Amino acid sequence: MRIALFATCIVDAMYPGTARATVAILERLGHEVIFPSGQACCGQMHVNSGYFKEALPVVANHVKAFEAEEYDVAVAPSGSCVASVKHQHPMVARRCGDSGLEARAAGVGDKTYELSQLLVDVLGVTDAAAQLGSYFPHRITYHPSCHGMRLLRLGDRQLDLLRSVAGIELAELPEAEQCCGFGGTFSMKNADVSSAMLEDKTANICGTGASLCTGGDASCLMHIGGGLSRQGSGVTTMHFAEILASTLEHPAAVTGDVRLTTGRTAR
Amino acid sequence: MSGTFLGMPSLPVFGIGNLHEHEPFPKAARRELGNTQLRANLGHATRTIRDKRLAVVSELPDWEELRDAGRAIKESVMARLPELLEQFEANFTARGGTIHWARDAGEANAIVADLIREQGADEVVKVKSMATQEIGLNEYLEEQGIAAFETDLAELIVQLDHDKPSHILVPAIHKNRSQVRDIFLREMEGVDPELTNEPARLAAAARAHLRRKFLSAKVAVSGANFALADSGTLAVVESEGNGRMCLTLPETLITVMGVEKLLPAWEDLEVFMQLLPRSSTGERMNPYTSLWTGVTPDDGPQNVHLVLLDNGRSAALADEMGRSALHCIRCSACMNVCPVYERTGGHAYGSTYPGPIGAILSPLLTGITAEENNSLPYASSLCGACYDACPVKINIPDILVHLRGEDVDSKRGKKKLPSQMDLGMKAASWALSSGKHLGLVEKALPLGRLAAGPDKKITKLPGIAAGWTQSRDIPAPPAQSFRQWWDKEHQAPAAPADATGPEAPGAGAPGTIETSNGSTGPKENP
Ligand code: SF4
Repeated sequence: MRIALFATCIVDAMYPGTARATVAILERLGHEVIFPSGQACCGQMHVNSGYFKEALPVVANHVKAFEAEEYDVAVAPSGSCVASVKHQHPMVARRCGDSGLEARAAGVGDKTYELSQLLVDVLGVTDAAAQLGSYFPHRITYHPSCHGMRLLRLGDRQLDLLRSVAGIELAELPEAEQCCGFGGTFSMKNADVSSAMLEDKTANICGTGASLCTGGDASCLMHIGGGLSRQGSGVTTMHFAEILASTLEHPAAVTGDVRLTTGRTAR
Repeated sequence: MSGTFLGMPSLPVFGIGNLHEHEPFPKAARRELGNTQLRANLGHATRTIRDKRLAVVSELPDWEELRDAGRAIKESVMARLPELLEQFEANFTARGGTIHWARDAGEANAIVADLIREQGADEVVKVKSMATQEIGLNEYLEEQGIAAFETDLAELIVQLDHDKPSHILVPAIHKNRSQVRDIFLREMEGVDPELTNEPARLAAAARAHLRRKFLSAKVAVSGANFALADSGTLAVVESEGNGRMCLTLPETLITVMGVEKLLPAWEDLEVFMQLLPRSSTGERMNPYTSLWTGVTPDDGPQNVHLVLLDNGRSAALADEMGRSALHCIRCSACMNVCPVYERTGGHAYGSTYPGPIGAILSPLLTGITAEENNSLPYASSLCGACYDACPVKINIPDILVHLRGEDVDSKRGKKKLPSQMDLGMKAASWALSSGKHLGLVEKALPLGRLAAGPDKKITKLPGIAAGWTQSRDIPAPPAQSFRQWWDKEHQAPAAPADATGPEAPGAGAPGTIETSNGSTGPKENP
């Protein structure tokens, strides 16, 4: 299958390791991955902040970039960005009175999948250890991000994939379905409320005794990881794609600090 | 549409009364967040109701179908509201009731006060009513020398404490039992000084207090949960039976109801009598459901009035995206699942309608350009829990986003200087509307690494972004973006496949994570 990767702006600029892990998983399954070079961002920050006019060029760019290539499906390692492509893009076009773009955006949206959706529903991955060689000998906990859970109805897809990783120990996160408090510009406009939500989330995470918290949305993980870091908790965050990409020969290291930045293991 | 139909003026008339914030939400929220007792009370209460609701909702195999039915009925009501209101008016009047139309809070208050004075009364008993809360009826009556006694237990607690409700179903949710006992001891006449905080003792004290009022009051004021157009019937659902006393004992009954509460026919009640109790109190069936149709000679109130309130509802109805907020049956399920409400409580919203529904309904009723309310649509992380819980499937997150758009648009060009947010969004729109632009911006990422310093954390950001670093760090950006890595990998195959770029091994952040990238990633471990 020819799969177009939508890296999303935050993964592209801040967490390239998540995108590289996504590429690795898909190539390991024997698929061809392409990266439409015109892509930039889904525009949900603009939409969710009410800047529809400013969102329009971002949406139009995404549609153009993904129409420019031939592929079977597109994938992004982010539930909220996929939800944006599927639900918000046609809405923005409609609101700005561009019915042509609305139809084209719907077309791109129909072909776009969140990573666990693609792996489970389309590519038939049910056992990460057997099919991907995934190995990750750590105690982890999992936060299901709101948009994946409620807009995309991902259910337990990410969790089931994680469960099938060799060596992994999964600790259940209390009140997992509660929002971490990120919400894009909400975390700045209502910083106090957002911080209060985050405190409860990080307290629940630390209570599990896990060495890291994983999930499917880089922005939520940046938020949670940023809080864990500020509290000096020693707990880190990591995208589930990086856990799936980890193997016995090339294990993803967890060294105890809280940064998500993927790079060389320093120690 | 009939010419006498005051409820649907051609120009939008926005709502007034207790629908406005007095300070922006973030400021009010900060104050409320500081109240640890409030947070503890709320966290406990909302969690309890949440669990109860989930349990009874999961019992019904057709819950989703019921929600769809509820939404469909409400949609059809909104589509033909004028017609249904006229039908209701005809039936209500034919059965001996009197209808009054009120364009806004001021008109409604004046109508009610006149009706009370006509009866020569200077006190009234009240069933818990959101509509009268919305128009500030109690305060108005007090100015007119008329005392209004709340009979709903929670509402009574709030009233005795000279406080405001903070939840639409459990108005005193922010108070615990010991606080209630203290209020009773302080404010209730003839209360046993030995009163403890046992629920039964508290209820008994309230009962004794209320009985005296029920037996003496000549006039009662109520709200209504539903109004049936085909028969002219009104319905009130409640848990304590106090409402039923108000609805049957006094000679005069004045109901104040928003025009959106209509249902076409008796059969439609079936759907809502399943949706409402399960969503609100987590009960299978509502304890007290009272229905009354006009006047029955020698039985119950002989003087039956209904004030049909617009107060911004026509304006909300005119908003194609926002109008479904009028479907709300005030069950409070959205509040009980909202992480923002759970932490700030209802007072932070500054309106009769708090929580997620309040964040959309208040600005819809008052107009988003009403300064006092335009911070409400931002009082949400858009987590979507409210939409999942709403028994009539109001898409609250979508309406929040829509109202944010209205707010941004209403300010465009009006301000002399664009805000930091405006400028940031413009700049980001440029950067994010092309792969080339984003690639250029990513070239500046090393600057972020510089700012992060040796510990690879950014702990202080300027301007509006300072809110983020109040409680969270930002990781230093990577040495190389994904795009740069991909280009190197795919366009210059001669270059070594090094995912981490120029970063020297020793300079790596402690604790950074090495990802094994299979066939395409870095394969060496330093
Ligand atoms: S918006 Fe929905 S969930 Fe919230 S109070 Fe109204 S009916 Fe209930």
